[in-house]
Amino acid sequence: MKKSLTDHILDCTGRIVIALILAFVLLPFVVVATASLNDSAILSFPPKSISLRWYANVFEYRDFGEGLVNSLKVAAIGAAIAVVAGAGFAYVLDRYDFAFKATLNGILMSSLVIPNFTIGLGLLILSAAAALPRSIWLVVTVHVIIVLPFVVRSVYVSLRNFEKRYEQAAESLGGTPGHVLLTITLPLLMPGLVSGALFAAILSFNEFTASLFVVNQSTQTLPVAMYNYVREYADPTLAAMSVIYVAVVAAALLVVHKIFRLEKVLNVE
Amino acid sequence: MSSEIAPPVSVDAGDPPAVKIDGVAKSFSGTVALEPVWLKIRRGEFLTLLGPSGCGKTTLLNLIAGFLEADAGELFIGDELVTQVPPHKREIGIVFQNYALFPHMNVAQNVAYGLRTRRVSRAETRQRVREALDLVKLGDFADRRPRQLSGGQQQRVALARALVIRPRVLLLDEPFSALDRNLRTAMQVELKEIQSRLGLTTVFVTHDQSEALSMSDRIAVMSRGRIRQIGSPSEIYDRPQSRFVSTFVGDANLFAADLLGRDAGAASLDVGGTRTSLATYQDECPAPGPVTLVVRPEQCALTAAGEPGTVPATVALSVYQGSYAELYLDCPAAEGGRAMLRVPASEALAAGTTVGIRLPDTGPAVFAREDEGAAA
Repeated sequence: MKKSLTDHILDCTGRIVIALILAFVLLPFVVVATASLNDSAILSFPPKSISLRWYANVFEYRDFGEGLVNSLKVAAIGAAIAVVAGAGFAYVLDRYDFAFKATLNGILMSSLVIPNFTIGLGLLILSAAAALPRSIWLVVTVHVIIVLPFVVRSVYVSLRNFEKRYEQAAESLGGTPGHVLLTITLPLLMPGLVSGALFAAILSFNEFTASLFVVNQSTQTLPVAMYNYVREYADPTLAAMSVIYVAVVAAALLVVHKIFRLEKVLNVE
Repeated sequence: MSSEIAPPVSVDAGDPPAVKIDGVAKSFSGTVALEPVWLKIRRGEFLTLLGPSGCGKTTLLNLIAGFLEADAGELFIGDELVTQVPPHKREIGIVFQNYALFPHMNVAQNVAYGLRTRRVSRAETRQRVREALDLVKLGDFADRRPRQLSGGQQQRVALARALVIRPRVLLLDEPFSALDRNLRTAMQVELKEIQSRLGLTTVFVTHDQSEALSMSDRIAVMSRGRIRQIGSPSEIYDRPQSRFVSTFVGDANLFAADLLGRDAGAASLDVGGTRTSLATYQDECPAPGPVTLVVRPEQCALTAAGEPGTVPATVALSVYQGSYAELYLDCPAAEGGRAMLRVPASEALAAGTTVGIRLPDTGPAVFAREDEGAAA
């Protein structure tokens, strides 16, 4: 069958539009990656001569190293807390009917609506009022609040899709509810839990706005360290940092993909 | 009509029943899924719950398994009252429609699951898993994952997993519906063989009447949350007690008739102008007036058109089925204007041929016309 001219035009236009959108998605990264190779000390585009010295600078600048360690700590602890708490809430929401179910769901989802700076500011005021030290736990708390809705959603979707016949079969075979949870439900929900934890960790690793309110010099996360750097210097160090940043997150995803098959973890299978 | 199964069921002599269902009922948020049901399942019996979707058969199965809690009534397995007993203490084996094999375990681990929960020793577990897999002819598949198996093999694993715990009752929830036709027949034979060899009390849920007829010791035909009739396959097929049962199980020709009277078991009828008198098996017969006459295709005979005492019809379509042909007839006296007869393939008639349908002297049943509403 021969395509009509209109079909051809639509087909070509479609391809161009898709190409443009993809180009736009990648554009910021391409610009930053190119700028990071600029030899001169000014953030400019396109670069005049090529150098890797800003990458060296990233590793020499102490705040970045400390920020990275803080960020990894916060992401790991925050994701772990969020996935345990989120899975618990998701399980309750999926399996039980109770009076304030809608309210609970609303509260759990509320941080999607409340801006991150409000959450950061709120916790800042609260910690000041309670005379709490601005420790790393304050940062972790803020991050857990922010990522919890994503974890709850992710696990909730896995639970909704969960074939309850597996549990029934296990029960009929003599498995007590606790035993069935440990040997059947949890192992089969693992992809959902891992995806929840992964999203939580990435969101936390990227979080800036709320963190800015609650960190101090010793607890500042990598994004905050980067922000503080750009306020003082305008050289391409930050561009180099960004490239490393993307590389690290991509590497983490790759590892997860190798272990769990990413499609399954992200529930897009 | 006495189509309802009421409390005073026939008392089984001898052995106590393997399962006793005593007025068990279930509703879901106000919608009745199962009216109160009384039913005794004998030891070693293969009992089928047969009915269209939504008739309550799966609800009853889930109640026996303990996945649902009864609103009313009591349930006994053997002598034990299990109404409040959770599923994991009921010692029941189940095979689901989709088998529900644990995807993260291999075949042997699946089969061993019920032994692990019972803390059976390792050596005995290994022994019993091997026996169970041999029983279903899957001895060489112990290390495979469920997704590496065909549908028939998965079903055998599910069966082995249910049997290895030596259940008091085996529940089968439409286990054959995912299999293609040839495999289905083979699995039915195999399952029936295993079931009778082990003397397993089995409750089988299906909507497939031919499956029910071929496998069961007894069939409980259900619709709208009630058991309409319980009996052996031949009782259900040959002596249906309601229009619903007669049409749901097997093929039936329905004629709109007038019941003129009944005398010594013989009913005189006017079937679309044709006077006939036939003996029914029914103890109770509807009052004289409009009735539905139910006749199996094989009870009818084909005659030349215009023979006295026959119901006139015209061949509309002849469907070749190999050893026989199905003749679909336009018949004004039939409900819906359609009747169907089977004839040897060599005697198939061309569309347009006018014929007569000779009704049998004995065998069919008449039901009051209002019973029609009870169908579905």
